[in-house]
Amino acid sequence: MTATLTRVNRVPGLLPGLTFLIILVLWETSTRVFTIPTFLLPAPSRILEGFDAVTVSRWLAHAWATLRVAMLGFLTAIVVSLPLAIALTRFKLVSSGIYPLLVVIQSTPIVAVAPIIIVTMGSGDVSRVLITFMISFFPLVVSMTTGMKATPDELIELSHSLKAPAIREFTQIRIPYAIPYIFSGLKISVTLSVIGAVVAEFVAAEKGIGYFIQFSTSLFKIPQAWAGLGILVLMSLTLFQIIAQTQRYFFPWSLPRESK
Amino acid sequence: MAVNTNVTPAIQFTDVEMTFDTRAGELIALQHVNLAINDHEFIAVLGPSGCGKSTLMRIVAGLLKPSAGTVSVHGENVVEPRDDIGIVFQKPTLLPWATLEDNVVFPMKHKFGRVTQEQRERAHELLKLVGLASLENRRPGRLSGGMQQRVGIARALLHNPDILLMDEPFSALDALTREEMGYELQNIWQEHRKTVMFITHSIVEAVLLADRIIVMSHGPGAHVAEDLRVPAPRPRTGDSMRLSEMQDLVSHLRDILMTKKVA
Ligand SMILES: Nc1ncnc2c1ncn2[C@@H]1O[C@H](COP(=O)(O)OP(=O)(O)OP(=O)(O)O)[C@@H](O)[C@H]1O
Ligand SMILES: [Mg+2]
Repeated sequence: MTATLTRVNRVPGLLPGLTFLIILVLWETSTRVFTIPTFLLPAPSRILEGFDAVTVSRWLAHAWATLRVAMLGFLTAIVVSLPLAIALTRFKLVSSGIYPLLVVIQSTPIVAVAPIIIVTMGSGDVSRVLITFMISFFPLVVSMTTGMKATPDELIELSHSLKAPAIREFTQIRIPYAIPYIFSGLKISVTLSVIGAVVAEFVAAEKGIGYFIQFSTSLFKIPQAWAGLGILVLMSLTLFQIIAQTQRYFFPWSLPRESK
Repeated sequence: MAVNTNVTPAIQFTDVEMTFDTRAGELIALQHVNLAINDHEFIAVLGPSGCGKSTLMRIVAGLLKPSAGTVSVHGENVVEPRDDIGIVFQKPTLLPWATLEDNVVFPMKHKFGRVTQEQRERAHELLKLVGLASLENRRPGRLSGGMQQRVGIARALLHNPDILLMDEPFSALDALTREEMGYELQNIWQEHRKTVMFITHSIVEAVLLADRIIVMSHGPGAHVAEDLRVPAPRPRTGDSMRLSEMQDLVSHLRDILMTKKVA
């Protein structure tokens, strides 16, 4: 029995796939057996029908709108985090001056700030990207800074003893050393960026999956709202996997031993 | 000691004092340290934990400035890190993403931004010297501690420094590997005759490897308490330890270190 179990475990995705299938079957039967009203919990089959509510090209347009904002926010987060993390690592003054501020920003519920941002910055892309950025950048800064600070002192002393240009302490030692940390941060941040984009669409948008869900629920078209949710989950999972596979492919040395 | 006064020592400490600002106030780690290390000499530094051995080494390396006094290398005051010094750390701290060869040439890549073919060939020779030539394209991930430290030694030797500073380089290794590495280091030293400043906590290691043993006194305000010549001829083996003058030396060192007789 245990032997079969370990063998099952070795096929990637088999166990979670099976679990998911079982849940779907339970879900479908229970909605039918207990006749749960669709607006409370639509059966998976009804949600599948919900995908037919709009054309494929409409779906793609909505998905693209969300993905675009999420990616712009995510990229902005990366571009801002890296120099910020370097400054936080390099300069004590920056670290003690800015870090508390970052924590304040992180403690602020951005969802509540979103409407304010839309009012002051307008309902354009800039606001949506800004909201996404604010939601997704904190874990990146923290993971990058932690990684760069976790570099062994000996290597930094080696760098100093060579009188190497200070920039190389980062490009050749600290940043590569932070790679495992950076990827943990990227994985969290990329899923947060999808959340950020949806939050922004809830506040002000005329397309995007977030907008579509809100629009559908306002018309009580619950199955198609669930279908939209399914697409968001799929989007997050795909982005997460892209990051995970990038690390596996380009930085295999940075993976913990068991997962090689 | 019969030092030819016409020869400038490889390393000279003159009245060195090192004070650290700590939360608990000023800490005088070193005080009145006077020591001359000759060219091609292998010096072992022993002393109680926390007395300032690593600090001594960092000052020679130009990583720390003494609060008072001077340290000179080949007659020049040390004001910044020098190119003719190689450092081996307690932990080898290799770059996990680089192959062993890339790790050995890393100092060049780091300092100059590029690595020449000659330097790569030299890295290959050094890895051969430490017995790792067959693994040069592997990453350090699964290497044993001893193998990693061998790479660390090769890395320190790459730019062919005159002086090698080693801060407890074998202390993280198991007893057998440690002994083996000691003999290997002796071989390397006999072949290349660097000036070596070797910090250790092991009396046996010090006695086996060094020409001279420096015993530091207890901190704060640690200074050179004893300066002892090791009598046995080279190459030293396990048998060298059976010489009665070696045993006397070992028990003398044990005496002063264990009973904290070092004033
Ligand atoms: N950067 C620093 N700031 C403050 N105090 C320091 C600093 N570096 C060393 N010290 C103090 O100076 C003293 C000597 O330290 P050092 O590391 O040189 O001792 P050591 O002889 O190498 O010890 P060990 O045998 O444990 O390696 C210790 O009390 C240590 O706490
Ligand atoms: Mg030390």
